Order: sequence, then C-alpha cells, then structure tokens
Amino acid sequence: MSSLLIRGGRVIDPAAGADLEGDVLVAGGRIGEVGPGLAAEGAGAALDAGGLVVAPGFVDPHAHLCEPGWEHRETIRSGVRAAVAGGYTAVCSMPDTDPVVDDPASVGFIVAEGRRAGGARVFPAAAVSAGRKGEQLTEFGEVVDAGAVAVTDAGRTVESSTLMRLALEYAQSFDIPVLAHCEDADLARGGVMHEGVVSTRLGLRGRPAVAEEIGVARDLALAEATGGRLHIQRVSTAAAAGLIRRARERGVRVTAEVTPHHLLLTHDRLTGYGSEYKVNPPLRSAADVRALQAALADGTIDCVATDHAPRHYDEKEQAFDDAPFGVVGLETAFAVLHTRLVLAGVLTLAGLLERMSAGPARALGLPGGALEPGQPADLVLIDPAMEWKIDAGSFLSRGRNTAFDGAEVTGGVVRTLVGGETVWRL
Amino acid sequence: MSGTAPALGKDLTGLEPLSADQIRVILDTAEPFKEITGRRVKKVPVLRGKTIVNLFFEASTRTRISFEFAEKRLSADTVNIGAVGSSVSKGETLVDTARNLEAMSIDMVVIRHWSAGAAAFLAARIPSNVINAGDGAHEHPTQGLLDILTLRDHFGRLKGLRVCIVGDVLHSRVARSNIYGLVKLGAEVGVCGPRTLLPAGIEELGVRVFGRVEGAVEWADAINVLRLQLERMQDGFVPSLREYNRVFGITRELLEQAPGQLLILHPGPMNRGVEIDSDVADGPHSVILQQVTNGVAVRMAVLYLLAGGAPHLAEAARDWAGA
Repeated sequence: MSSLLIRGGRVIDPAAGADLEGDVLVAGGRIGEVGPGLAAEGAGAALDAGGLVVAPGFVDPHAHLCEPGWEHRETIRSGVRAAVAGGYTAVCSMPDTDPVVDDPASVGFIVAEGRRAGGARVFPAAAVSAGRKGEQLTEFGEVVDAGAVAVTDAGRTVESSTLMRLALEYAQSFDIPVLAHCEDADLARGGVMHEGVVSTRLGLRGRPAVAEEIGVARDLALAEATGGRLHIQRVSTAAAAGLIRRARERGVRVTAEVTPHHLLLTHDRLTGYGSEYKVNPPLRSAADVRALQAALADGTIDCVATDHAPRHYDEKEQAFDDAPFGVVGLETAFAVLHTRLVLAGVLTLAGLLERMSAGPARALGLPGGALEPGQPADLVLIDPAMEWKIDAGSFLSRGRNTAFDGAEVTGGVVRTLVGGETVWRL
Repeated sequence: MSGTAPALGKDLTGLEPLSADQIRVILDTAEPFKEITGRRVKKVPVLRGKTIVNLFFEASTRTRISFEFAEKRLSADTVNIGAVGSSVSKGETLVDTARNLEAMSIDMVVIRHWSAGAAAFLAARIPSNVINAGDGAHEHPTQGLLDILTLRDHFGRLKGLRVCIVGDVLHSRVARSNIYGLVKLGAEVGVCGPRTLLPAGIEELGVRVFGRVEGAVEWADAINVLRLQLERMQDGFVPSLREYNRVFGITRELLEQAPGQLLILHPGPMNRGVEIDSDVADGPHSVILQQVTNGVAVRMAVLYLLAGGAPHLAEAARDWAGA
C-alpha cells in the first residue's frame, strides 16, 4: 500500500481544534496519522512541508460549473481544475444548467463527469422545483439516490411560500438541506446593483437590502415551523445576518454562507460601471461589509462560498444593464480572504480555514473538512507568506470575470491532494 | 490649443466628472455661438471635414435635431443611426457597432442609449470623442448645460441661486445632470416630488428635499419641471395623473402663492395638464423656448471644444461666419 509522509508543516485541523508543528501520514489515499515525528511507512514517499500550512482541503458549498449547456463559460473539467488550483477538494455544483439538473439522469451525468475530470470531488445539488420554475417539487428521493447532496433553485427564490414549506418538509425525509437564495423577488425585480446613494448617482435600478431581509425572514420562519434544514446562500446584508443570528439562538436549523466579494467589496466599486462587479446579490454598503465580517468571525455565518460563476468575456463586455451577474472565485478565495481578513486581524488563520473546510462540510453534510484518520486524504498545502498578484489571464477556469484582477495578495495554495494524490501543484 | 483654460478631455459623458471651471468654459464658449444662430448665414467652418455619427438607440426628436443643427452649423458631416432599421435591431452589440463605426474613421459619436453608463462604456473603447446625449437614468449633460445657461442668462449669476427640480427625479437623467452642474457652480438645489419618485440617498448629492411643492415654490428662484412619463402611473409610482397634477403640478394658482417672480424651465416634451399647466408653460414665467435655442448653442460649444477648439478662439469663429 503506497504511503506519503507530509513532513514538518504547521498542521491545522480546525475541526479538531488542532494546530501543531508536525507530520501527516497518508496511506492508501486516506489519512493515516497526524502528529509530530512520524516515520514513513516502508518505502513510502516523503514531502517536505517546512514553512507550509497543511490543512483539510477547502469545500465550496456553491459553485456554478455551467455544464451541461453553458460550456463556453465553464465545463466540469475546467471547473474542478480551477477548484484544486484554489485549494478546493470538494465543490457543490449548482443545478442552473441547461437542461436544469432536476432528475436522476442529470444528477448522474454531473457525478460521472466529475469523477472523470479528476480534480476536486463534485457533489451536485439538484433543483428544488422542476425546471427551476417554482411550481412542482423535483423527486428528492430519486435525485438523492443518484448522488445529489442538497436541493436548490440556484439564484432564484422559491417565490411560492407553500412550495418552500413543502420543500423544507419533504427534504427532511432524505436529511438534505434546502439551499436558498432568499430575496423578495417582487421588490428585487429589475435591480442591477445595491439600492443606495451609488445607484442614485449612477442612475441604475437598485435592489434594496430590504428585499433580502424579507426573503431571509420568510425562509427562517418556514424552517422554524417545519424543522427543516435551511442553508441560506450568499448573505449580503447586515439585517439578514442579524436575523440569522437570532434564529440560531432560538435553535432554528439554519446554516449560512457568504462570498469573498461580499466580505471585502462595497457598492462604491460600481462607480465607473465595471461589469466585473455586477453580482447577485449586489455588493452592499460598508456597514454591511463590516457586519458580514463580524458574522463570519462569530460563527453566525458558517462558511465561505465562492458562488463561482464564470461568464464569457463577450457577455460581460456590454452596457451594464445588459451584462450578466456573476464573478469567478475558486482560484482566489483563500488568497484574498487571507490577505484582507487574516492579515488584518479580523479572523485567525485557523478560523478562516474552518470557514472554508469544516464549516461548509458541516453545513451541507459533506464528507471532508477534517484531518481524521481513516478519512480520504483531501489536503491543501499553503504558503502563508507567498506574495503574488492575481492575474485573470492565468486562470484555469474558463471564466476571467474576477472582481480581484491585479490585486496584490499574500498567501497561496502550493499543492492540493485529493484522495492522497497530488492533483495540483504550483 | 493654447490658453490657460482647462480642456474638456476626450469625451463628455456627464457633468459629474467635470470641474466648475470646465463647466464655465462650456457656458462661456456657448455665448458666441448663440449669436451665430441668430444670423442669416448660420454656418461657421470650424468642424469642416469632421465626421460625426448620431447614434440614437432610443427615440428622440428634440435632442437629436438639436445636435444635428449644432453639427451642421459647425460644417461637420453627419450620419444619423437609429435603433430601428439598423444593425442595432439585428442584435449587434454596442461594442461591435462602435468598432464598425471606428473602422470607417469617424471623429465623434453622439450617443443616446437606454442603459446608464453606455456613453462611458463606448468612450472607454473607441478613440473618437464621445458625447452623451442621455444614458438611461444617469446623465444628459448637454441638457443640464443648456438649463444652466438659461438660468445664468436670466439671473446673471448662479452662485446662491435657488433652483428646485420638481417631478420624477428617480428616473431622470436631466435631474442628475442639473444637480451635478448646479451644485458645482454654487447654486442651491432642491428636489421635490412624490417620495416614490425620489431616489435613495438623494440628499447625499447635496440637495434639499421638499415633500410638497408649495414649500418648494416658496423657497426657489427657479423651478425645473420634469416630464412625468405615463408609464410611471402604470408602474404604480403615482396613483393617478389627476392627483399628480393636483399635488405636484405647476399651476398658475401655485405660482401666485410664490413670494417673488419664479422662472419656469421644462426639458420637454411637456405633458400639459399633468406636470405643468398650459397657462404656466405659455406664460410670462416660462423660458422653455429659450432653453431650446440655448440647446443648439451649448451643443455647438461642446462639439467645438471636444474637437480641440480653443475657448478664446470661439469669438473669432463667430466672425468667420459667412466668410
């Protein structure tokens, strides 16, 4: 049985609260032992991790891999390669493809393509409603048997409160979470950026923060009433974070995610109409950014999600109203958050790693996120001192639509292992 | 180009990016061009050999014709492209339209587009001068300039002048350009309209907000009345045109309550009996037709300056007329 000794790194296992100088022994694709002064088994290979951080691979609860139907934006193959370049060993893929992932066959396609691509593990989410039309529930049992780990209408609010209630009830039969884009669709309709003084100056239609607050309040009330597992996608407002905090205190089964761009950027970026900053939910105010950082730090928000949404350059090269929402994020999430949250003292390194691995794994009920003996050796090796400049032109993703092009960052992924095999190295 | 006056740069995308001095240069340069408009031979050769494309993605009569007059009186060659019946209606993107025009070696583009930011988008991608003739609800800088010029003509000053913009500020590019320009030039600016049609955070642009038009009339020296688009009623921003006219309409009875003589501006086209009553529009307070006249002069000034004309030579340009 082949083995690999990763030697002399700073081993951080946030799930176990461990942070030690030591080694990680990988045997048969699984984690064998973690601790100081381990010896290589037999004729196993060794890897020097001096100066590096060894941690569980990142888990992305929210990525758009765009296949089938939107291969000009991304394929499962290019998406999982981008993922491992960013330290991600698992991604939950969104079902808003063409056709929509809403039946066992399409879930099976994602699973099979994910395996064949040989990068990060792909865990598909299926649609809540057939065709994401918000009318009829999909066959949750069938899609779960085919490999789906969650249901979501991905970027679209389930407008009918009845259907959302049924989804939260029915999902309990299969112990899966409902991933929700929470927004009052009527209030948000037509809005292309955060409603505030910047949208007023630019003359663009605003998407008011209160639309998200109402959506979150409704879904929290339904989760509380049904006992279902609700995962709130890409929280963007202080008010929504406050509602989630109070719901958790009451014991509602809710988890939540936030993206790097919502954690770091404000609506002021839109000045100049840069479509690279056009995202949904929109970039909000500085007060929202501060509240989101605090909510991630105190655990109100469980995890970081990239909401990786590749777009073809032609699509973004349009007048602002016509350009689609979305940014890519898999290859830059760790670096920008390490630079601007960890080095700025908002989060500890172990805290950020928790929110990028154990946190999302727990929220979605996925394997991984811990350095537990016997578990698959999905690992990331990080050089926390590496200084580099983000260059969209060098991305492995087909999408170049980053909000962080040209940013100087500190800290980078140097090697990613899935099942004990190196799938990416710098 | 010589002299110490500030240049405008390559484009005019709005009044927000301009300095007070740059706006003053445009207004001052418009003065000699006003006079040309009143002559028998209304043509000077300052843009001879220049090619200008008027690219109107949105219907416009007044602004398009005003630009066309300005261009022709400066002896430019002009081409008009409208959205209907052109490649634009065949799904061509804005950037492709622009590149194709560029390949035909044009010098300037005047663009009207439904999307805010479209003029700046184009300006960043082609080397020609770009003039914004209205982009969504963002800016309509030449309208703002002609309104400000009309105010300056009438009052002889802008500093401390109280101007209230009344109506649908939310959807109005005219309102934004007026606010940016007037605030930079030291005027006091108010806005008044139903709260549903005042955008979020408008106070942060340095304006005072009036809930009722009676208060605005008491405060202001001049009122700029915005057009109420009929769609706004269908979208529910106002419950009825009748109520709008009664509560926010500029009527003769309302003006009689004002402490002084108020100047009335309207960017047109007017909905008589909705935002403005006919006896006001046609009455002694109204400078609505002077605005139209000034529009041509202001646009001549902008075209002249962007083409590299020196402000102090505009006077000389006037004297070439009929040469």
